[in-house]
Amino acid sequence: MTDDRKKSDEMKANLDDLSARVSAAREANEPKESRGFREATTYGIATRLVAELVAGILVGVLFGWYLDQWLNTKPWLMIILIMIGAAAGIMNVMRAAKQLAPSNTYNKDDD
Amino acid sequence: MAGPLEQFEVNTIVPLEVAGYDISITNSAVYMAITLLTIMFFMVGGMRKTALVPGRWQSSVEMCYEFIAKMLGDTAGPDGRKYFPFLFTLFMFILAANLIGMVPWVHAFTVTSHIAVTFAMAFFIFIGVTIIGFIKHGIGFLKFFVPGDAPVALLPLLVVIEVVSYLSRPISLSVRLFANMVAGHTMLKVFGGFVVSLAAAGGVLAVGSIVPFAFIVALTGLELLVACLQAYVFAVLTCIYLNDALHMH
Repeated sequence: MTDDRKKSDEMKANLDDLSARVSAAREANEPKESRGFREATTYGIATRLVAELVAGILVGVLFGWYLDQWLNTKPWLMIILIMIGAAAGIMNVMRAAKQLAPSNTYNKDDD
Repeated sequence: MAGPLEQFEVNTIVPLEVAGYDISITNSAVYMAITLLTIMFFMVGGMRKTALVPGRWQSSVEMCYEFIAKMLGDTAGPDGRKYFPFLFTLFMFILAANLIGMVPWVHAFTVTSHIAVTFAMAFFIFIGVTIIGFIKHGIGFLKFFVPGDAPVALLPLLVVIEVVSYLSRPISLSVRLFANMVAGHTMLKVFGGFVVSLAAAGGVLAVGSIVPFAFIVALTGLELLVACLQAYVFAVLTCIYLNDALHMH
């Protein structure tokens, strides 16, 4: 009788131990993966923000250039559109930064 | 010795001309075909016998699938599901093209190091997403360009800025991928040039060539990371743009 109980206690302890080990292994696996991924994306975030800023200005330059050629208004539209493009670029960067903030999901963008 | 930018040259292999247009088969086209064949081999080979308990090959195919499915679900929500095939194709193509460009010794050509290729992809995404937006929301999609809580006096200016910001999307999308690829591959070639010229100088300098060589090893690792990362960034931004078109912010 006591022997039996001892045995089942032992088995239970074994099972508890196993499930503890399994969940520990699971936990150990998961955060590591996500942390590695986040570290890897810092470079991605940097290039992303730079590209957003440059693209805004580039669009201003290109559209300003072609509109000036077309409407013969050299150089005014280009000057104005470069400024607007820079503003758009800065807005892009701010938006991207907001999306990349860890506490924010993409769908909950509030603007 | 080849200059650091020679690797980006597009050479005609089979000259072809149809109705005045030059549609020659170039090394770029050949590498695109190689990219597609590689993806096909990878996908079809992995799924050749679909086991319940997947082997290594099958599980790497499944990992790619799940990775993109999860990303699409997270960013664009359940409505985005039907654009999965397009997004998966896009991601796999860019990833495979970037990685094939990293193959040493065979003078591999990196398809994605040309703005013509990346801009074509980005531009079609831009057009497609805009059309999806107009189909989903009708003319109301134009409200996308009107910020909600702005004073009326500033509204015209803000709308113009919003439109320019929207137009800058394909450019930032394509420039990012192209610039990363060009910068990385040029850097590798420049350091490679250092190794060769130091080794050729002889004597103590030849021993010094170990330094740029060590840099190349490190940079190759970095470039492999960048190759995967840029494919991911391109895909995730496409998802975000799709989400904007489907849900308007």
